[in-house]
Amino acid sequence: MSAAQPLVAMRGMSISFGGIRAVDDVSLDLHAGEVVGLLGHNGAGKSTFIKMLSGAYHPDAGEIRIDGQAVTINSPRDARRHGIETIYQTLALADNLDAAANLFLGRELRTAWGTLDDVAMEAETRQVMARLNPHFVKFKEPVRALSGGQRQAVAIARAIHFNARILIMDEPTAALGPQETKQVADLILQLKREGIGIFLISHDIHDVFDLADRVAVMKNGKMVGTAPTHAVTKDQVLEMIILGTRPSIQ
Amino acid sequence: MLAALALIWVGVDILSGGAFLTPRNLWNLSVQTASVMVMATGMVLVIVARHIDLSVGSVLGVVGMVMGVTQTEFLPRLMGYDSPFIWVLALGAGVAVGAAIGLLHGVIIAYLGVPAFIVTLGGLLVWRGCAWWITSGRTVAPMDDAFRRMGGGVEGAIGSSWTWVVGVLAVAAIVWRALHARRRRQQVGFALRPVWAEVVVAGLACAGVLAVVLVANSYDLPPRVAERIAAARGLVVPPEGLSIAHGLAVPVLIAVGAGIVVTFLARRTRFGRYVFALGGNPEAAELSGVDTRRITVLVFVLMGVLCAVAAAISTARLNAATNAQGTLDELYVIAATVIGGTSLSGGLGTVAGAMLGALVMQSLQSGMVLMGLDTPLQNIVVGLVLVVAVWLDRLYRSRTLKGAA
Repeated sequence: MSAAQPLVAMRGMSISFGGIRAVDDVSLDLHAGEVVGLLGHNGAGKSTFIKMLSGAYHPDAGEIRIDGQAVTINSPRDARRHGIETIYQTLALADNLDAAANLFLGRELRTAWGTLDDVAMEAETRQVMARLNPHFVKFKEPVRALSGGQRQAVAIARAIHFNARILIMDEPTAALGPQETKQVADLILQLKREGIGIFLISHDIHDVFDLADRVAVMKNGKMVGTAPTHAVTKDQVLEMIILGTRPSIQ
Repeated sequence: MLAALALIWVGVDILSGGAFLTPRNLWNLSVQTASVMVMATGMVLVIVARHIDLSVGSVLGVVGMVMGVTQTEFLPRLMGYDSPFIWVLALGAGVAVGAAIGLLHGVIIAYLGVPAFIVTLGGLLVWRGCAWWITSGRTVAPMDDAFRRMGGGVEGAIGSSWTWVVGVLAVAAIVWRALHARRRRQQVGFALRPVWAEVVVAGLACAGVLAVVLVANSYDLPPRVAERIAAARGLVVPPEGLSIAHGLAVPVLIAVGAGIVVTFLARRTRFGRYVFALGGNPEAAELSGVDTRRITVLVFVLMGVLCAVAAAISTARLNAATNAQGTLDELYVIAATVIGGTSLSGGLGTVAGAMLGALVMQSLQSGMVLMGLDTPLQNIVVGLVLVVAVWLDRLYRSRTLKGAA
């Protein structure tokens, strides 16, 4: 896996806000069909780092390569064009719109006359949701009226419906119950088998340890280090998170 | 909302001794509401996008002045007083100025990051000042004959036969839409409403159209005007007098047209979808790749254009452009929009609701005039109704939301 060309290579990424270096010279790779768990305390810079890949922030320095090609990602739209989809911690849903409108937000299906084709969008939404959450029926209601798990399903549906190659999940199970967490875990394994590269971001090691092939740990805006999950114990990873030091592995 | 309107109409009619629900009063009511209605359709989108526009009254004033000067002083010098193009060119100039003002507001709000409240509060003063400045406070009158049709009155109604044509077209459109939507849902295998429900909904809408047609067609022109028209057409006036109906007023048709266009934009285009997404969650819209700044600018441009249309109606009705025109209209427009169910916190609202809201406000106002209430008392009642209406709306909404969750 490591010999092949990485799907995503981020090199020397840095960004500052008002003089504070939120992310300082961080590099990380992601391969096709690989799940990388990005760990660290709140405020360690995980979300900020990954938002440079999803197009929400512009890096001050650094290079992003996709399939070996250097790319510039200036907006979420650019990221989507490269097959990068993000499920944000806040889910980023417009609460006043229904599931279909959210799923297709920014990529609406249109009729031959250029008007919105709500019926077609609802039909496709029903198909995707049937796969993710067979019990989902509230297609006409604004997503405000949905439960946490249902909202999560809408956000996930939006990310996977458009043939993503790179999926970023920011605290994907933070708001879910055990049953729903299991569903998300199954989904991640299924997407991995389909050859999608996945970044799992979490401050809780238990969320990612069983799913990730590799863990990467950040602290105070810097990369502490990465390690294959099978080569480290949870305690060693916790040490990296808390102390910011690399344990002696390999 | 319709129930509230019906209640006000019946109540005011009883209190004023049957003077309210007459074809004549309802016809006048519709004409008086048209200008505020047009602006309220745009205000819905502005408020849905989490902004506000306090400048619409002043924009109406300055655009009315521009149109007045264009048609009475500028164009006649080039093409004479009787050119048939004057009204179009004057209207076009007004729409261009309205759009330019909206563009300016939108760019300052979206790209310079000044809150809409401040930008349009400034606009309220600036544009009122400009309205005065154009003619140094002089009133401009009279307007071009063709232009005046946009304001209603005897010349500004389409007559009974055309009213029937409009009514039949509207009914046809309602039926076609119901059938089309049903067929489309059938194609993809969605659940359908029972047929009787579809028939009832479409039937009520058609009945509403029919009622409007009948009311407009039972308000006759004044006898002397009718005689003049008869003479012009070479008709013989029968001894019992002549009965020629007004039919629908042009400004009302313009307002309904604006309502249909803005509803279409809001519900059937990407632009409208993004306005609502932006109002529901600006960050989500941004992260979904929506160019929120561009959408904001477009919303204000649309508002400016609608102010220009409203200004055309208002100057045509007054047959003059004055620098005080549209004063306080921003408050009526915002009140109509909010009474019509648009949430000030954004993301929620309908164009039809806002137009009904405008009708409610105007009904109260003219009802109280018919009842002979003093002006200060009228203001007190309208103010109270605004607050109570929004409070009731909140109550209702929090209950239905709880029911849904």
